[in-house]
Amino acid sequence: MISSTEEEIPNITSDAAKSSSLSGLLKPGGKNLGDFIFENTTRLFAFLVLSLVLLMAYEMFTKSLPSINRFGWSFISSSTWDPVHDQFGALPFIFGTLFSSLIGLMIALPLSVGIAIFLSELCPQWLEHPVSLLVELLAAIPSIVYGLFGIFVMTPWLRDTVEPFLGDHLGFIPLFTGPPYGFGMLAAGLILSLMILPIIASISRDVMKAIPGSLREAAFALGATKWEAIKIVLSGSKSGILGATLLGLGRAVGETMAVTMVIGNRPSISFSLFDPGHTMASVLANEFTEATSELYTSSLIEIALLLFILTIVLNAAARFIVWSVTKKYQAEY
Amino acid sequence: MASIYYYRWRRTKSHIMAALCFASALIALIPLFLIFYYTMSKGLSSINWSFFTQMPKPAGETGGGMANALIGTGILIAIGSSIGLPVGILAGIYLSAHRTTLFSRIVRFLTEVLNGIPSIVIGVVAYILVVIPMKRFSALAGGVSLGILMIPLVTRTAEEMLNLIPQSYREASLGLGISRWKTTLFVILPAAFKGIFTGILLSIARAAGETAPLLFTALGNRFWSTQLDQPIASLTVFIYDYSKAPFDDWNRQAWAAALVLIVLVMLINIIFRIVTRKRYA
Repeated sequence: MISSTEEEIPNITSDAAKSSSLSGLLKPGGKNLGDFIFENTTRLFAFLVLSLVLLMAYEMFTKSLPSINRFGWSFISSSTWDPVHDQFGALPFIFGTLFSSLIGLMIALPLSVGIAIFLSELCPQWLEHPVSLLVELLAAIPSIVYGLFGIFVMTPWLRDTVEPFLGDHLGFIPLFTGPPYGFGMLAAGLILSLMILPIIASISRDVMKAIPGSLREAAFALGATKWEAIKIVLSGSKSGILGATLLGLGRAVGETMAVTMVIGNRPSISFSLFDPGHTMASVLANEFTEATSELYTSSLIEIALLLFILTIVLNAAARFIVWSVTKKYQAEY
Repeated sequence: MASIYYYRWRRTKSHIMAALCFASALIALIPLFLIFYYTMSKGLSSINWSFFTQMPKPAGETGGGMANALIGTGILIAIGSSIGLPVGILAGIYLSAHRTTLFSRIVRFLTEVLNGIPSIVIGVVAYILVVIPMKRFSALAGGVSLGILMIPLVTRTAEEMLNLIPQSYREASLGLGISRWKTTLFVILPAAFKGIFTGILLSIARAAGETAPLLFTALGNRFWSTQLDQPIASLTVFIYDYSKAPFDDWNRQAWAAALVLIVLVMLINIIFRIVTRKRYA
């Protein structure tokens, strides 16, 4: 009896495969008119997402043409930003964006990797969920609330406590020179580090959790301490953490409100952490509505275009790295 | 016995590093609690009934509320949702139905790209697409920018939630002779409804917290306005303007508005987590 039913099952499936109507249903693009309409409607909307990105790039490019034609490459190498005389160079903003993001990254990266190690390797099971929830809540706080916190809580603290202290004790390093305003690169970097920390921490944690347990067990079996085993896990998740870092950098580069509220908004190039600066995003937030001449608006749109390209490159690189890492582990284990 | 000392050192080092990792988790959580503490302590005192029902008072006068900003944020989100939800859900359905084709890989990648584009850049695009042709700042332009912002969030949630539905649901429905589109709309979509719905709430929370794309699209408005072709107030731009103002009372109101925003966003986030956790389990 049993053997006969086993023989029947393949027969049914092969019949089903032969029957054109059923295989037509199971494959996309069946012959039903409703299916045809529904299929193509959803495809149209998927196509809409694609065309939206292209449209964004096209519109920003055409609107920034006056500025591109007028200034060419000197737009990104000149540091003159003079709306009165229609002279526009974006270097101070590019510098400010990169400098503040790097400060943020320097602070956020060690902390996030520490958190990721804590969550994936060290903490007891019951603690893991609440802690990761809290860390991820940091990402849910709106940017404007960070800015408010920055203006009224962080900058006074930096001005009165941190910056005088750093200036007194580390003033011989160019990073810590100048009068303590509170508003400036340090404030922007600190706020940015808070905002990108949850991204880097949660992705790094996921990557480390994907490392197979046998690696840790092998390390312990060879007499490794907990930290030595963690180092093995870390070396396996290096590229994943790099991807997470790039994603965090992409977020930091485009962050607008919190940064513009604490950075001081002065287009100068200075390597002191205490000095005010300006970023590509903050100049857009501050000056876009005030732009009077066509060239002024066009220059601002070119800054937006540069920011667009920068974030796309960072995100694409990050996605590619994270994707290839997860694919590798899925394939190997 | 140098090896004993070496072993002890290795063990100590292991403990030190573990302690550092624990400390970094603590350090990261301090600002979170500080932000909650300050929004509570500075904002709570200004929250009362008139804060929700009255209009802003002229500069220098104390009191007044943000009724127009609340309505404004509501209208902006309504416009944003009417753009972001249909596009996002339908594109998500497509991506979930075609997981491995080249076209859906490209679209999926572009969704990620769109998600990574800074919101201020999306504001610039909405300015070019809506403000320049209309020749004025408007609620519509603000809504369009929020809509573009919501598309990648909704698409991704819809796709992920639909992917969680077991393939056997689809097979069972098709096996009963129900056509593919009815299967998707009336079997798969209802099964994934809870997850998609909370995901939509999450993207609405994100849109409600955005300021940058509204600065030069919806602009902000100190007066009552519900017209779509006029500048409109919003909760976040209200916070931004009031935080820069040199009046203590306005600063307090900025904190109060931030408290309202943060409570809203946190509630939605926690609901989302509870719902999706049950789904995964």
